[in-house]
Amino acid sequence: MKRPIKRTPALAAAAVGALLVLSACGGGDIEQSGSDSGAGGDDSQAAECGDVNMAVNPWVGYQASAYVVGELAASEFGCTVEYRDLKEEVSWAGFSSGDVDVVIEDWGHPDLEKQYFAKSGDGSAEDFGPNGNQGVIGWYVPPWLAKEHPDITDWENLNQYAEDFATSESGGQGQFLGSDPSYVQFDEAIVKNLDLNFKVVFSGSEAASIAAFKKAEENKEWLIGYFYEPQWFMSEVPLVKVDLPPYDPGCQEPASAADCDYPVTELKKIVSTEWADSGSPAVEVVKNFEWTNEDQNAVAAMISSDGMAPEDAAMQWIEDNPDKVEGWMPS
Amino acid sequence: MSVTAVRGGSGVEGIGSLLRRPPGWLLGVAVLALWIAAWAGLRGNDTLALPGLGRTGLHDWFTGLKGDLIDSRESNVLMQVTGVLADLLASIGGWLQELVAQPAFPRPVPQVGWLGVIAVAAWLSHAIAGWRITLLVVASFLSFGLLGLWEDSLDTLIVTFFAVGIALAIGLPLAVWMATSKTVTTLLTPVLDVLQTVPAFIYLLPLTLFFGIGLPAAVAATFLYALAPVVRIAAHGIRSVAASTLEATDSLGQTGRQRLLQVQLPMAKKTIIVGINQTVMAALSMATIAAFVDGPGLGQPVLRALSAQQVGTAFVAGFCIVIMAVMLDRTTTAASVRAETVARAGGRDVRRHRIVLAVSGAAALVLVYLSRTYLWAAEFPDTDLGSSVAAAVQSGADWVTSTFDVVTSGVKNQVTALLLNPLQDLLANSPWWLAAVAIAAFALVLGGVRGCLTAGVCLAGIYLTDLWNDSMVTLTMVLVATLLVMVLAVVLGVWMARRPSVDTVLRPVLDAGQTMPPFVYLIPALLLFGPTRFTAIVAAVIYAAPVAIKLVADGIKGVSPTTVEAATAAGSTPWQVITRVQLPMARGGLVLAANQGLLFVLSMTVIGGLVGAGALGYDSVLGFSQGEFFGKGIAAGAAIVFLGIMLDRVTRRAAERTGAGVH
Repeated sequence: MKRPIKRTPALAAAAVGALLVLSACGGGDIEQSGSDSGAGGDDSQAAECGDVNMAVNPWVGYQASAYVVGELAASEFGCTVEYRDLKEEVSWAGFSSGDVDVVIEDWGHPDLEKQYFAKSGDGSAEDFGPNGNQGVIGWYVPPWLAKEHPDITDWENLNQYAEDFATSESGGQGQFLGSDPSYVQFDEAIVKNLDLNFKVVFSGSEAASIAAFKKAEENKEWLIGYFYEPQWFMSEVPLVKVDLPPYDPGCQEPASAADCDYPVTELKKIVSTEWADSGSPAVEVVKNFEWTNEDQNAVAAMISSDGMAPEDAAMQWIEDNPDKVEGWMPS
Repeated sequence: MSVTAVRGGSGVEGIGSLLRRPPGWLLGVAVLALWIAAWAGLRGNDTLALPGLGRTGLHDWFTGLKGDLIDSRESNVLMQVTGVLADLLASIGGWLQELVAQPAFPRPVPQVGWLGVIAVAAWLSHAIAGWRITLLVVASFLSFGLLGLWEDSLDTLIVTFFAVGIALAIGLPLAVWMATSKTVTTLLTPVLDVLQTVPAFIYLLPLTLFFGIGLPAAVAATFLYALAPVVRIAAHGIRSVAASTLEATDSLGQTGRQRLLQVQLPMAKKTIIVGINQTVMAALSMATIAAFVDGPGLGQPVLRALSAQQVGTAFVAGFCIVIMAVMLDRTTTAASVRAETVARAGGRDVRRHRIVLAVSGAAALVLVYLSRTYLWAAEFPDTDLGSSVAAAVQSGADWVTSTFDVVTSGVKNQVTALLLNPLQDLLANSPWWLAAVAIAAFALVLGGVRGCLTAGVCLAGIYLTDLWNDSMVTLTMVLVATLLVMVLAVVLGVWMARRPSVDTVLRPVLDAGQTMPPFVYLIPALLLFGPTRFTAIVAAVIYAAPVAIKLVADGIKGVSPTTVEAATAAGSTPWQVITRVQLPMARGGLVLAANQGLLFVLSMTVIGGLVGAGALGYDSVLGFSQGEFFGKGIAAGAAIVFLGIMLDRVTRRAAERTGAGVH
């Protein structure tokens, strides 16, 4: 009764076996073409550089930095660069497990530094200095709103507009749109300590925040929320920053007492200690890498607005900016 | 069967109707009235609300556990073992990737090129499922290539097959064990409940501590989610082999082993294949989530497109996942049907079938050889199809979002003001103890003493997570979304059941709604509704409605045609036939649809957190995203599990009590 069914696995096994035999005897012309079209750089350097595991955190600006450094290391030194798409928290855990070598744009994570830096943690990661980008975090409104109500960019006037900012989510108060939970945010405390008649509603993701601001500008809707530079979306819709009481050291300590603006953040590079000691020429490149917000925005715009692959956008910028790239080369 | 995932284990078990005894709904109204009266006086007290970025000692304690785990990496035996396992997974997975998906150094292409892969897939599908399915499989693979996502598609297939393989190797023996022992059933059921209800975001981070990142973590996460369906459904199949059959064969003096291998397993074969089918579907639904830990495959282009707001690009990758789901679903289903027909047909045609297979197998091997030798057969030719589809979808989405956003804002505001806010006010602004008593009372009315006891335990659990208020907000959204799902299910389900042409048109759309990764339609939904609870509800309805619609349609189709004819002959209008005959008689299907609708909606909680719904969804994402909130994420995961078990058990008890079975 069941013979034809039993037959099938046997045949399949035979086929898989034959396939393996075939796989063992190499093909003809593909093998040769393989060595021609392999990654650039000659073999001696390839051996020297080895693997670079580059964490790619999920925002386009980060992709820009990561691919420019990664493609440079691959094309100049024949490194095998693995781009690993990860959120920040998982990236740092990767230092400890050996899955990640480089985080190219870190916005400051005191708790993670405590866990992974040598001073108080397991010493699997170390600070490789600033990457030149300045992170400007703050409260932003869409451009139409700043134009129509110029006084709105002063926090002291926010309460008189609170009603206009109300949404279906804010229960009668003004809505303040909090952001992706990956980012350090003090807005609930700031709202409370500055006696603002607002309720923080979390967008939950960067994608949701961007979509909300895009919609607000297109439909002239009232919106105020947490945003930041550098960020490609700013070139599409140049959000306007609202002035909070200026930052001075300590005004966010403890977090529940925060009543001031966010500090300008020097974005920095974090690398795995083991990799930093590996002697790979890519280590020097990462160490020397430094560029401006404009540089990053240029590459990010190619990726997001022009729809280029990050590899291609990075290579194009590298070709267009030989002098900057020269400065990152090992001496 | 079509793409119908069954979760919470209730899908295949008998479920009856809620609404038979009038005193039941009268009691319900009484409970509601008392609740509202008490709420009016006590509103806003003891709501246990915690700020979005607030956390408690319990949460910090969980966070500490994670720190300890990282510190113990060198000495922790379990982590050492999983580390070795992860290396093994990585090397086998890497070998498979080089075989069919990724360049196999020094070759610039994989060992076997696209032509060879398609040839082998075609041959296999022909062998197990017949030539119609072969056409579908070949067309599916060609579309992966034509859309420019050949490598990512094969990576997803590898992760899926890998995880499903492990799930079957572990799950089938577990199913047998569960089917033969009551104790094992009692012990395993809660574990399976947790595996199916806890959001993947909760265990992704701990998983990376054990399995690293990339393919091993992707396989591990997929395996955890895909295990439960096959265990539950296969165990159910084995258990439901008729007692009389077992007695009859037992009386012939068979051993326990013979009984299992020669009677129970063969007779449960069809159900077991349904279980495998569901496990494959569950595995595929993890494709995007796995990309959060650098899992290879189609999830990566989806997430990247999301961060650049490229709806079209995300759609193309998501569409490949839909194609893959339909392909795998139809193949496993056809394989089970074929297994039966071949068995029934006996030895006829066996010889011819074998000759055909041998000849086509040889042809497939020739194509494999070609794809190893010539670049044209190895590397899928570049086409612009993917980018033109992406551009078309993008402009379509842009048009829809810019044209309808005024209307949709109105709908959002109405539903929020009339339905969502009042219900949330009652649930979340009642003192916690009042809401708990009221929910337990509803559970008593619906599910009897046992339902009430389960609800009590789950409510206590929710209280202990320190996330009571967020849980009530999430529960509100789940209830409102399920209500909308049921409205859609009844309207479209009746329509489908009465008009076969509607069924033919709608089914592929429903399959797509169910298998398209939600990340693809989040951006358009956000542009239409903004970051709100309503957006989360819309996403949940898109995902959960297809299952409910299909269940209602199947239930109504199951109503005996003679009854319907009799009613029509007696002069009933179509409306009377639907409301007085078909819907009441399909009660079982309706309750099952509600049960599955609730659980599917609940499983979208985390996605909701990504689009502004806050509450438990946001807490889960927060826990995954920020180290210091890890413990709050764990607590949110636990609260979601408690909510899921409570909703599932109460609806099931309700069904059992009224005794109307589905089958």
